[in-house]
Amino acid sequence: MLKRTPLYGAHQRLGAHLVEFGGWEMPLCYSGIIEEHLAVRGAAGLFDISHMGEISARGAGAVDFLNFVLTNDARALRAGQGQYTILCNERGGAVDDLYLYRVDEADYLMIVNASRIEADFAWLQSRLAAFPGGGAMELKNRSGELAAVAVQGPKVAGFIDQCFPASARTAAALRKNDMARFSFAGRAVLVSRTGYTGEDGFEIVADAEIIEALWDKLLEAGRGAGLKPAGLGARDTLRTEVCYPLYGHELDENTTPLEAGLGFFVALGKGDFMGRAVLAQQKAQGPARKLAAFTMAERSAPPRPGYSIWSAAGGAEPIGRVSSGTQSPSLGIGIGLGFVAAEFAHAKTAIGIEIRGRRVPARTVPRPIYRRVEKDFKAAQSA
Amino acid sequence: MSANVPPELKYTKSHEWVRLEGDTATVGISDHAQHELTDVVFVELPSVGRKVAAGEACAVVESVKTASDIYSPLSGEVVAVNPELAAHPERVNSDPYHGGWFFQLKLAQPSEVERLLGADSYEKQIAP
Repeated sequence: MLKRTPLYGAHQRLGAHLVEFGGWEMPLCYSGIIEEHLAVRGAAGLFDISHMGEISARGAGAVDFLNFVLTNDARALRAGQGQYTILCNERGGAVDDLYLYRVDEADYLMIVNASRIEADFAWLQSRLAAFPGGGAMELKNRSGELAAVAVQGPKVAGFIDQCFPASARTAAALRKNDMARFSFAGRAVLVSRTGYTGEDGFEIVADAEIIEALWDKLLEAGRGAGLKPAGLGARDTLRTEVCYPLYGHELDENTTPLEAGLGFFVALGKGDFMGRAVLAQQKAQGPARKLAAFTMAERSAPPRPGYSIWSAAGGAEPIGRVSSGTQSPSLGIGIGLGFVAAEFAHAKTAIGIEIRGRRVPARTVPRPIYRRVEKDFKAAQSA
Repeated sequence: MSANVPPELKYTKSHEWVRLEGDTATVGISDHAQHELTDVVFVELPSVGRKVAAGEACAVVESVKTASDIYSPLSGEVVAVNPELAAHPERVNSDPYHGGWFFQLKLAQPSEVERLLGADSYEKQIAP
């Protein structure tokens, strides 16, 4: 039996195309992946992300524990701030990638991947049991009681505050990665200026009982701005264009954040933490394989996860494998991410993607593949 | 959403449609299939002159999400492919039964037509 989010009824009423995703029955799309993708790039899109997990860590000892199990520097967070971070095992492999928020002085919230909730919670519990002074905090899996939506796109800041008329502060005044409490339907909701699309936007965590009222209010507030409900299909094409990793594709327990190009989120200088020894050594030597972004050089079938990557110069063996690939709705060509031998990972390397036995020319490009300025550039050209 | 299933066409269990005119068959994918696939972004068609057997995979349709094989509903020789799909694969979504056709076959064994599904049977197969 597939799990359903509290917004399942809303998706059905909107005529969503529902699919299985990591044990959940989720909307793939409503009107169409490309249309929803372009709505987010040009106006606004609303995503159900209630399948994602919420794990809280509360107490005086929370920050020290979190700083030990996560790669980023949790001590750098003020109350009301969030950061992207990675939960690593002893080998520096990623148990999960997540967002850590310092909601209050000694109250932290982790937003984790749906498919990793149980694995993360079990790992955190086992690490806490072994952590010196581990009694000074409480770890709680709140995934069942909390739901969440993401509202993303350049026009969202113009309407989001219609949802919070009673709040003294405005969500549109939040800075990137900041989080604050707002009031909706008499309950506190957590609003952060974050997202997974490369556009400006917000994510809202709320009690499961009020999420449908919030979803409906957002759809109403954003209607004039062109807000569309958007599914996992657009979520994936949007994040691929901006090269955000997806757990299970760019990260897993045998892949380190350094291999995945996430060194910015690994604070090697903060003191000891889980996986640090391996990561420090890998940083010093340089990883043998690295994540590279690429675009197809000609009109072709889209690259797909698992396809072999070849050097354009040939060779007896592939140089790597595609981890994520799709047709870019913004650029109109095939794009992807893949792990390649480090010497091929720099931008502007000519490569070939093997698609059904044929090596189709492609080239590595700087990340992100899609930048907002390109859209502005295109608009200026066609004006 | 209920899919459009034109009564004058024949269908396969794998969601291809067939329009018969004499010993020529035009093949595409059904409205139901294009809806399930979502946005089509690329179609790989067989070469003209290729001889295909009924049930043989001979084309690939790629949506944003996935790649799917297209099976020839009948045996024969490919005599034409839709030249519009290279530049406009989205026609498979917007006009699956006309502008979005895939290829035409000259039939080798016209009696195979009897194995195809009528519109009523196909409609029953795709009923939710």
